[in-house]
Amino acid sequence: MRRFASLRMASAGLGALIVLVVLIAAIFAPLLVPHDPFAQDLNARMVPPVWMTGGGPDHLLGTDQLGRDYLSRLIYGARISMLIGVATVITSGLIGITLGVLGGFFGGRVDDVVMFLITARLSIPLILVALAVVGLVGSSLTVVVMTLGLLLWDRFAVVARTTTMQVRTLDYIAAAWAAGCSRSYILLREVIPNIVHHLVVVATLEMALAILLEAALSFLGLGVPPPLPSWGLMISEAKDYMYFSPWVIMVPGVALFVLVLGINLLGDGLRDMLGATRDA
Amino acid sequence: MSGQAPHPAPILAVEGLRVRFGGGTQAVRGISLAVNRGETHCLVGESGCGKSVSALAVMNLLARGATRSADRLAFDGTDLLPLSERQMARLRGDKMAMIFQEPMTSLNPAYTVGSQMAEVRQRHRGGTRAAALDRAAELLAKVGITAPGLRLAQYPHQLSGGLRQRVMIAMALMCDPQLLIADEPTTALDVTVQAQILRLLLDLQRELGLAILLITHDLGIVARMAHRVSVMYAGRVVEHATAAELFAAPTHPYTHGLLDCVPVPGRTRRDVPLGSIPGTVPRITAGFTGCAFRERCAHAMPVCAGEVPLRERVPGHAYECFLPADWPQRSAA
Amino acid sequence: MSGAPPPAIEIRDVAKIFRQGTGAFSAARFVRAVDGVSFAVPAGGCFGVVGESGCGKSTLARLILGLHPPSSGDILVDGRRLADMDRRERARLIQPVFQDPFSSLNPRRAIRDIVGLPLAAQGIGRAERERRVVEMLERVGLTAEMAGRLPAQLSGGQRQRVAIARALILRPRIVVCDEPTSALDVSVQAQILNLLAELRRELGLTLLFISHNLAVVEHICDEVAVMYLGRVVERAATEKLFHAAAHPYTRALLASVLTPEPGLGIPDVGLGDTYPDPANVPPGCRFHPRCPIAVERCRSETPLPRMVDGRQVECLLA
Repeated sequence: MRRFASLRMASAGLGALIVLVVLIAAIFAPLLVPHDPFAQDLNARMVPPVWMTGGGPDHLLGTDQLGRDYLSRLIYGARISMLIGVATVITSGLIGITLGVLGGFFGGRVDDVVMFLITARLSIPLILVALAVVGLVGSSLTVVVMTLGLLLWDRFAVVARTTTMQVRTLDYIAAAWAAGCSRSYILLREVIPNIVHHLVVVATLEMALAILLEAALSFLGLGVPPPLPSWGLMISEAKDYMYFSPWVIMVPGVALFVLVLGINLLGDGLRDMLGATRDA
Repeated sequence: MSGQAPHPAPILAVEGLRVRFGGGTQAVRGISLAVNRGETHCLVGESGCGKSVSALAVMNLLARGATRSADRLAFDGTDLLPLSERQMARLRGDKMAMIFQEPMTSLNPAYTVGSQMAEVRQRHRGGTRAAALDRAAELLAKVGITAPGLRLAQYPHQLSGGLRQRVMIAMALMCDPQLLIADEPTTALDVTVQAQILRLLLDLQRELGLAILLITHDLGIVARMAHRVSVMYAGRVVEHATAAELFAAPTHPYTHGLLDCVPVPGRTRRDVPLGSIPGTVPRITAGFTGCAFRERCAHAMPVCAGEVPLRERVPGHAYECFLPADWPQRSAA
Repeated sequence: MSGAPPPAIEIRDVAKIFRQGTGAFSAARFVRAVDGVSFAVPAGGCFGVVGESGCGKSTLARLILGLHPPSSGDILVDGRRLADMDRRERARLIQPVFQDPFSSLNPRRAIRDIVGLPLAAQGIGRAERERRVVEMLERVGLTAEMAGRLPAQLSGGQRQRVAIARALILRPRIVVCDEPTSALDVSVQAQILNLLAELRRELGLTLLFISHNLAVVEHICDEVAVMYLGRVVERAATEKLFHAAAHPYTRALLASVLTPEPGLGIPDVGLGDTYPDPANVPPGCRFHPRCPIAVERCRSETPLPRMVDGRQVECLLA
């Protein structure tokens, strides 16, 4: 049993490490890149990575079809992914948690409205609407973040609502009412701290989902506009060359997989750690 | 309750039972007890004393991470220690049955009462489903349920807490067990329902010659139900005796203190505080020696940190303490 | 009667009806949790409310604490209507102690903040709070050093002491105890009962003590009300009630108290196997389906509270 627990701790640590590395890459991208990620060099197109024949130490991960350094583009792409992930989670979290907590706490009419909004949101086909909006308004980073943020709040709302409902009936909330606390104090100091650990897990899931959705939108050409080096866009641009130069699709693909895996591992670990103080 | 002929051999004999948890906590530290045929043996103690864990260890139902060992564990002459999990499973619910505190968690919400009861019978005894359902209806009537036919077709959530516990008892009786282990069977119930359920257990015992190992924290239940009592504290049986002996002459300081804590209408006075035991139960890990109660005991002496003797007050009434058997009278004088 | 202090708690014909099943496709059920209850508790008294689960005793506690508004009737605390008080004023007057010391303390806040919460709600500053919290912790038998701990680091008995400290920190006149010892072990239950009795004497508290344990109620209360399906079926001074009960339900409750006296066996409480359902109150006397002495007219005629021999009883046959 203890071995099992330490395995979980190790996987959470691995997740944290992955997220940290990507985060550092995103923040310090200009200092880390060996080349300008936008600089084209038509003499050095499709250079393979260093471990393949024909590769060299100058371009560790090779170059793309326009001769841009692939490692530099990957590092700048981490910026886009993390930015999209964090900004979407903040937007959708604010919307979803507010709605969910209000519905769960007040019940009655308020809850009916919240439930209706959640149901309405769940009946919107996510990808189609995202495609339509980006298609109509045009693609930019802001549009992608706003679209995803306005669409991905449902899970926050559902989890916040049910956990608030559970906490609301507990005796310490009754004791706080009897102590003469105001409604907003009870909501902010007694209810929300006791549902946060559930919301952290949702936040990691949503962040991973937002990163994947951005990649999907960029792959379809409706996400981040070129020449910004989004990982989804890199996969999209690479798909024509994958038969002869498979690394061009593997490098961003593996990066995306590892990042999403890392976020999910971290979320699981956080849930275990934050949830542990609840039970004696 | 007393004056019967000495019993030939107990239906359940436990000697030197130990249970250790993963974290190093010693939950049960070498307890011995014998449950005689047709008798109720009460295992009494406060939460965390190891009484439920002992019962689960006997049934080999401990959670993962807990390990049991014993010098002897015999049911009806069969040694339980070498039995495989499959052989134990054949015994559980057949010759030895168990009922728990919260019947809702031990009944499957997705099946009707009848189908769950019939399943028990068919698993252990075979036979047709119709015969098993007849048996179930007969037992529901026996445990005092009116309209058993109707109840057979209902789901557990359609029954009240008292009815569910009656169903659990009927289910435990499906294969004519010789031993019933009841772990706090009435703690979740209202007092009036508790009295009804306990009365039912007494009636069934008289009628079927059932041996009952009753686990409880309630000294009132012990007094009214038990033939013999084992008092547990921090994983040890600190005193055991017949019920009459134990309540007439509680000898271990813990038993003594526990009885003083209970308000008795008409006996305890309102302006006099109840007796109470200071402090809390210590956590026992490997290497612990001496009496686990010594830190809370008013009569503790330096010797209490060493090996504690098991003394006999009268035959059949033993206690684990350095104090002489007549200490309560002496300290009262 | 002018000049006499008003009762600490007075409730007049209070009812609370909950609506269940508000879904669009299911008919709403109305649960009459409290169905016309009146009594008064004199200042400094200890009033017990006993009954089985679902009898409405906990709902009554919550009504008196102002946690739910009553559907009808009046609740007066210290002579003034509870509904007219603002939350801070009510908090200074009346405080709760709940049953489960695990769910009644916020698991994420330190003991210091839990006990100091009523002070914070009154707008009292940090230094003053800290001083009074430490003082109160020591008064209920805890140490100042525990102020920094989390509830999970305390035992059940210690948690209940924290809950009592929180209830008393504003020096309220009235404390409503809803099953304060039911979740505790016997030895700890005795400690908590002794503490409550001591604090009551010392601070002149009025206690409303709700419990299903009649032995505990007998030990601590002056007067007892027996509730059944939302109504008080008998109310009398403790000695009187325990000496000779008038209502058949009270008699059944008393019979089911198992005192630690060996050889007495288990009494026959004589209530059959039907159970009360507050969503489906029977006509006539609501106790008649379980009553061992019910006669034909108990099925149709609703009994009214009557004074018999210095006690209030609601039974046609008493």
